Amino acid sequence: MTIEEKANSLVDEFQMFDEWMDKYSYIIELGKEMPLIDEKYKDPQHLISGCQSRVWLYAEISDGKVKFTADSDAVITKGIISLLLRVVSGETPNDIANADFSFIEEIGLKEHLSPTRANGLVSMMKQIKLYAKAFQLKSN
Amino acid sequence: MGFDIDKIRADFPILKREVYGKQLIYFDNGATTQKPQQVIDCITNYYLYKNSNVHRGVHKLSVEATTDFEESRNYIAEFINAESEKEIVFTSGTTESINLIANSFSNLLDKGDEVLISSMEHHSNFVPWQQLCENTGAKLKIVPVNDNGSLDMDFLDSLLNEKVKLLAITHISNVMGTINPIKEIIAKAHNYGIPVLVDGAQAIAHIEIDVKELDCEFYCFSSHKVYGPMGFGVLYGKSHWLNNLQPYQYGGEMISTVTIDKTTFNEIPYKFEAGTPDVPGALATVEALKYIKNIGIKNIVEYEDELLVYATQKLLEIDNMRIIGTAHHKTSVISFLVGDIHPYDIGTLLDQMGVAVRTGNHCAQPLIDNYCIPGTVRISLGIYNTKQEIDIFIEALNKTLAMLA
Ligand SMILES: Cc1ncc(COP(=O)(O)O)c(C=O)c1O
Repeated sequence: MTIEEKANSLVDEFQMFDEWMDKYSYIIELGKEMPLIDEKYKDPQHLISGCQSRVWLYAEISDGKVKFTADSDAVITKGIISLLLRVVSGETPNDIANADFSFIEEIGLKEHLSPTRANGLVSMMKQIKLYAKAFQLKSN
Repeated sequence: MGFDIDKIRADFPILKREVYGKQLIYFDNGATTQKPQQVIDCITNYYLYKNSNVHRGVHKLSVEATTDFEESRNYIAEFINAESEKEIVFTSGTTESINLIANSFSNLLDKGDEVLISSMEHHSNFVPWQQLCENTGAKLKIVPVNDNGSLDMDFLDSLLNEKVKLLAITHISNVMGTINPIKEIIAKAHNYGIPVLVDGAQAIAHIEIDVKELDCEFYCFSSHKVYGPMGFGVLYGKSHWLNNLQPYQYGGEMISTVTIDKTTFNEIPYKFEAGTPDVPGALATVEALKYIKNIGIKNIVEYEDELLVYATQKLLEIDNMRIIGTAHHKTSVISFLVGDIHPYDIGTLLDQMGVAVRTGNHCAQPLIDNYCIPGTVRISLGIYNTKQEIDIFIEALNKTLAMLA
């Protein structure tokens, strides 16, 4: 699946929920399934700044595909990050660098997209793209 | 007028609004308070009928605006029982009031001098002193807090000496609600000739402020935390101190004469007020202060105390509840954690249920670090909050905890 297809299927999944509580419970569940960052990378270097909760992100590349792992000490933050990673993980640096994260809005999490929102979702998106661009540069 | 909660609630139009389709419960009064219709009308009326610059026009509007503006100074002076209206400097808020003093102290400090603050300070009463010390070579000394969130008075005693040139301390902690024994602290400092600046941001709406009785050199507060407008604040300073301090900003109105060779400064408080002031801010602040005076500060203290006791009791019925800040004297501010659940998760879910709380370090990172916690969830209650709202909040919190379990 392409990034766009994965994003669309996430939006579909969330359409099942009418109640915000169910939506948030699902986000928390998804967070529990996210591939966790290796403890050894939970250091200041991998910490994303601008979050009220702590968020760590790590990326590695193999066979031209980027694999992300992350963690957060807040479960909602963790869930929201897992949405991003589900969409971008396993894709090429090029595709990730050009990815469009507007599906977050379609899922109905618009309030989390405000730059001042303390979960650092915006910083997280930036960091994902930074990793992708760094891998792009390396391969060129 | 006594305490009529229905009437008070009716005065605050925003309380009728919904968020996510649910009735708003506003428990973030420590960050900013809502405004009663009287304050909103005052600002609107100013721009509708009165707008004009002050201190400079010969025309009718300007004279009227100047009179109103200066009358607000008189009112505010009286409200906090200052000796004279000259001791009331208008600023943009607590933060600017503190920065003004920190700036003006920069040529009074030398290497080897000390500035004293506490570990429960808001960043606004922390960073300006840290910077001042960095720039002057003075030493910043910090009075710690006890486990229950009260100030360690014995430690304070051990830090008082002639090298200390200023003590800056909060009247009430914005994180824990601790009311510091500020009068006693000031008396102790004065034994060593140390001037004291009090950060009154969290006090002005909740307890009676009498600067003469406290005998502090400086007192700072923001209008927006006492049901007044944003962007307006006060610095009270004893006249002889204000007279001797350097101005902080330069420009219009704060000068007496300007020639190409030399500028002489206006008298206090004007020498600290450069540029066009926030005139409607001053007028609306008076409206807000009149509003709480009308209700009666004693009634407010009594009512908010009742809310504090009720909310504390209800919270403590929850398993794994930990309240940060249990000092004997405190205002209606409660910081808490439940088990090892991150405050952000609780705040986000409460928000979905219409309850506005604050989470995080509350701009008091040194204090939060001191307790080795990731921040707290904070509720801070005001005159329009009710026990019913606390019940709804507790129900929402229980739902939240079930989701996060
Ligand atoms: C104790 C304390 N001091 C200072 C401030 C800063 O006030 P302002 O942002 O109005 O300048 C606050 C505001 O949160 C506060 O709670």
